[in-house]
Amino acid sequence: MSEDAVRLIPADEGSWRLEAYLRRGGYEAARKAVTSMAPADVITEVRKAGLRGRGGAGFPAGLKWSFVPQGGAGPKYLCVNADEGEPGTFKDRAILVRNPHQLIEGMTIAAFGVGIRKAFIYVRGEYGRIAGRLREAIAEAEDEGFLGGGIFGSGFDLEVIVHLGAGAYICGEETALLESIEGRRGQPRLKPPFPAVVGLFRAPTAINNVETLANVPLIIGRGADWFLGRGLPKDGGTRLFGVSGAVRRPGLYELPMGTQLRTIIETHAGGPPEGVAIKAVIPGGLSAPALRPDELDVTMDFDALARAGSMLGSAGIIVIGDKIPILDVLKVMARFYAHESCGQCTPCRIGTSWIHKTVTRIGEGQGRASDLDHILRLADGMKGRTLCPMGDAAALPVQALVTKFRDELEKAVAR
Amino acid sequence: MSCSPSAAAVKKIDGIIAPYPEKSAALLPVLRVVQDELGCVPPEAETWVAAKLGIQPIRIREVLSFYTMFRRRPAGKTIIQVCRNLSCTLAGAEDIIGFLKERLHVGPDGTTPDGRITLVTVECLGHCDHSPCLQIDGIDHGPVTRDGVAALLEELRAHE
Repeated sequence: MSEDAVRLIPADEGSWRLEAYLRRGGYEAARKAVTSMAPADVITEVRKAGLRGRGGAGFPAGLKWSFVPQGGAGPKYLCVNADEGEPGTFKDRAILVRNPHQLIEGMTIAAFGVGIRKAFIYVRGEYGRIAGRLREAIAEAEDEGFLGGGIFGSGFDLEVIVHLGAGAYICGEETALLESIEGRRGQPRLKPPFPAVVGLFRAPTAINNVETLANVPLIIGRGADWFLGRGLPKDGGTRLFGVSGAVRRPGLYELPMGTQLRTIIETHAGGPPEGVAIKAVIPGGLSAPALRPDELDVTMDFDALARAGSMLGSAGIIVIGDKIPILDVLKVMARFYAHESCGQCTPCRIGTSWIHKTVTRIGEGQGRASDLDHILRLADGMKGRTLCPMGDAAALPVQALVTKFRDELEKAVAR
Repeated sequence: MSCSPSAAAVKKIDGIIAPYPEKSAALLPVLRVVQDELGCVPPEAETWVAAKLGIQPIRIREVLSFYTMFRRRPAGKTIIQVCRNLSCTLAGAEDIIGFLKERLHVGPDGTTPDGRITLVTVECLGHCDHSPCLQIDGIDHGPVTRDGVAALLEELRAHE
């Protein structure tokens, strides 16, 4: 068996085609689940494997599925979150481009386990071309009886619909994603009720990230113990680490959960180019609080990064070199969150906008001595005061930059 | 410009609506078909889509004004979207944007006077390992340089 068979991003020629996926042993796990396992056992196996959500929050996937009520006469839905919008993140794109069938197989297994017959894949609008390849893969799977009616000759059916977004970061938040599939503005819903109970079209709904679901065939095919062996005892499997910014070899690196951040940057991505030193590293997409160069000896897993005051998030690592003023980083961050706030909750709408205005003014050389404290106060006012996690996602990285690079920013303010 | 979709587009729209449990849920993909055909979603098309999906016209306007990829006014024949989020900024996105502004004589969200090209700056395109990156009519390019961008503009002109 080649190593490609257990990789989320295989390297074989034409890896996205069904015939290539079948050569790698594709759809054997779905066949096993659908023809020989009880649905509850599928969920149990995924729970045992310690598969945590790869979208950002790291919630255990099997546990999430177990919250969806069993049985019942009404419909239930599976929604795949392919609204990859967290800046610095390009992993789900790679799965959709190189390995769409593994996502489809993971969806089939998840749907079988939870008792779902209809699934939506929400793909961000900017990935329109990529969605074309996904649709081809779905058609291939339907032709072979891996999707559609009576899968593997059983009584289990699954219909899959690709739904394209239209440009809105917030739709990656799971309840905003549901609103968007229902044809409305992507404004998050108040929780509870959680989507597992009241979700898409008011029906029980499981929502999972692309990378999360692409791991499921590996767990069912090779077992929870094998999967745990590829990662950490409570955080199984590999992770797709994306590295961009000031490194010699930007790219996507599939490595065991818990790999050292410094190893990923220095060994895999080749470290910073000649003459550049690292000033800061954002470890998990733009919303993850930045780390200083002396904080890079941390393992890349959900718990370790939380202890380090940051988060693993989407595992999109952005390396910032010493030639870049931190104010430039802050400007991009402030503009992004002000642009992407959906406008529903006042603290986020007003807070992101005022932070943006203040940072812009500093950039124009009109900084005031009170500005940095003002930004910290505005960020504090957003934390924990919004319907969705975006308030925190916008506040925490701004606070980290202002706190950790205060000296440099003070000089920019005084300029 | 006609403001109702063609027969072919209507057929496509009917196909899109069919699998949704509620017709109105097909709003985003339907608007995309309309925009692909008409170049934007003008007010008359809003009315048409509302009737087609059985919802109030205000629902269409709400959605159009929320999502950045929808346009209520015509844009250029070609749309160049340049990413300016962090990874691309670190790799020189502002220089690329400046170069495009200079070459096309337009600001961000501006269209060249001949109606050929609209320049848009966007947040992360999810192509950060190829930064600085941009999309021309949905096709990704990156990492791009000034010379590379100049070549892409030449190619666009040659294809006309």
